[in-house]
Amino acid sequence: MERRSLTAAIFVHIAALLLAIIILAPVVWLFIMSISSTPDLIAKPLHWWPETVDLSRYGVLLSSAANSAGEAFVASLFNSLKVAGMATVAAIAVAIPSAWAVSRTPSVGWSLYAVIATYMLPPVALAVPLYMALAWFGLLNNVFGLALVYLTILAPFTTWLLKSGFDSIPREIESAAVMDGARLDQILRLITLPLAAPVVATAALFAFLLAWDEFFYALLFTSDQRAKTLTVAIADLAGGRVSDYGLIATAGVLAALPPLLIGLFMQRALISGLTSGGVKG
Amino acid sequence: MTSNWITTRAWLLMLPLLVVMIAVIGWPLVDTIRLSFTDAKLVGTQGSFVGLDNYVKVISGSGFQRSLVTTFWFAVLSVSAEMVIGVLAALLLNQKFYGRSVLRALMILPWALPTVVNATLWRLIYNPEYGALNALLVQVGMLDSYRSWLGEPGTALASLILADCWKNFPLVALIALAALQAVPRDITAASMVDGAGVWSRFRFVTLPYLAGPLVVALVLRTIEAFKVFDIIWVMTRGGPANSTRTLSILVYQEAFSFQRAGSGASLALIVTLLVTVLAVAYTALIRKTAGTS
Repeated sequence: MERRSLTAAIFVHIAALLLAIIILAPVVWLFIMSISSTPDLIAKPLHWWPETVDLSRYGVLLSSAANSAGEAFVASLFNSLKVAGMATVAAIAVAIPSAWAVSRTPSVGWSLYAVIATYMLPPVALAVPLYMALAWFGLLNNVFGLALVYLTILAPFTTWLLKSGFDSIPREIESAAVMDGARLDQILRLITLPLAAPVVATAALFAFLLAWDEFFYALLFTSDQRAKTLTVAIADLAGGRVSDYGLIATAGVLAALPPLLIGLFMQRALISGLTSGGVKG
Repeated sequence: MTSNWITTRAWLLMLPLLVVMIAVIGWPLVDTIRLSFTDAKLVGTQGSFVGLDNYVKVISGSGFQRSLVTTFWFAVLSVSAEMVIGVLAALLLNQKFYGRSVLRALMILPWALPTVVNATLWRLIYNPEYGALNALLVQVGMLDSYRSWLGEPGTALASLILADCWKNFPLVALIALAALQAVPRDITAASMVDGAGVWSRFRFVTLPYLAGPLVVALVLRTIEAFKVFDIIWVMTRGGPANSTRTLSILVYQEAFSFQRAGSGASLALIVTLLVTVLAVAYTALIRKTAGTS
């Protein structure tokens, strides 16, 4: 770093402080709302820090008493876990062999572009037939049906990420094993996949976050506690007649917690994935 | 192994993916095209062939034209703000200051926050009676009385753009920062010895390294912004007075609220066509920047 005048150093520090405030303020405010008592939240002038800290809403949302707000919330939490988990596993399972094939076979490389192109399709272009098909198979309002639909997003995306991961593993290692008479499944299982484990893990993490974040299909294809995901449950709270803003904020904090923790702790892996592909809106 | 067998093997390995993609993407897309030429309803009637009627009605309708303009402004304003603020933030994060690594780590927070939670959060911040934005602006004296930011057609779209920007500029910043870190130190140092000013150093030394990754970010962000649904649905549902009704919201209403599957499908295909044109134009742009830098 070059020599800098004192003014420049002060300017940089002030700008950095400003950026930190811009990034942190909304997230911190969400948390403060979740622990503020209702009188603090509707006070004028507004109390930026609650006079009474109220943690009861966390208890309300995480309790599973019948017919409570908590029961619906916990159900949607589990639905989100199930749908995102199943869709991620299925997407990785179909993506691994195809990503490897594209990576090792230049003659089919063009098919990857077809795969990436589908990623740009707006979901509204597929929504009507998917709705009719799910209705036909009785899979509306069903976690399996929703997980299946999520493959429209996750399968192309994981294939794309895994392909660039396999590209960075030298083919010579595989050729040596071929010389020794190893079968294809042995090569993949014993040599390539262990080497690609970090890439597969990153792809799975991204896929899970995408599915956790998804809202449009979940809004269309689920209607009650049997399949409704967290994003839909929160949108219901925010758009409904709920007057307890703290409860809405608490639901937001709980839904944001897993991706925020993944984001902070898996930073390095995520950023290398982000900057290589520049993904997710 | 013959190259023929290797190609066949590749297709066999891709078979599961191909089956899935045809089932959940290929077939629905073809069926959307079929539906767009019918007057089918979402439930019940299969509908009959009506030719180009849906397309004619949709394109000449004022709803579509207005949504197109709204979507255009949303995409242009939010994406350009994200690019500018993102690059400025990246230039800052590339400087030396206390707490730099912490601030870099924090940049991931808005990106990781789920879109629906972000929308809900900003909806609470903009709340007309108890929202933090009103409280803040009134307390510092920039506003006389509380306003309904999302409830007035004049401010609703701008408020949405601000919320979208906050979530997405850090991603641009992280991409730009990674590109900045690839700029060799000795080139920067040499340009300083040669007496290059701050601007010409940015323009001729730094920017060529940024251009490639930034164009990719620009492409992906623009396509995402054109498809925008979640944040608008949660914050305004397209209101007030349809002032924030973007194309995806319009398709949703047509196909699912009014259950007109046929015209909804034709509308969805027009949106798809627009996104495709954007994507193709951008791909050409990427090739061009890749060729020059």
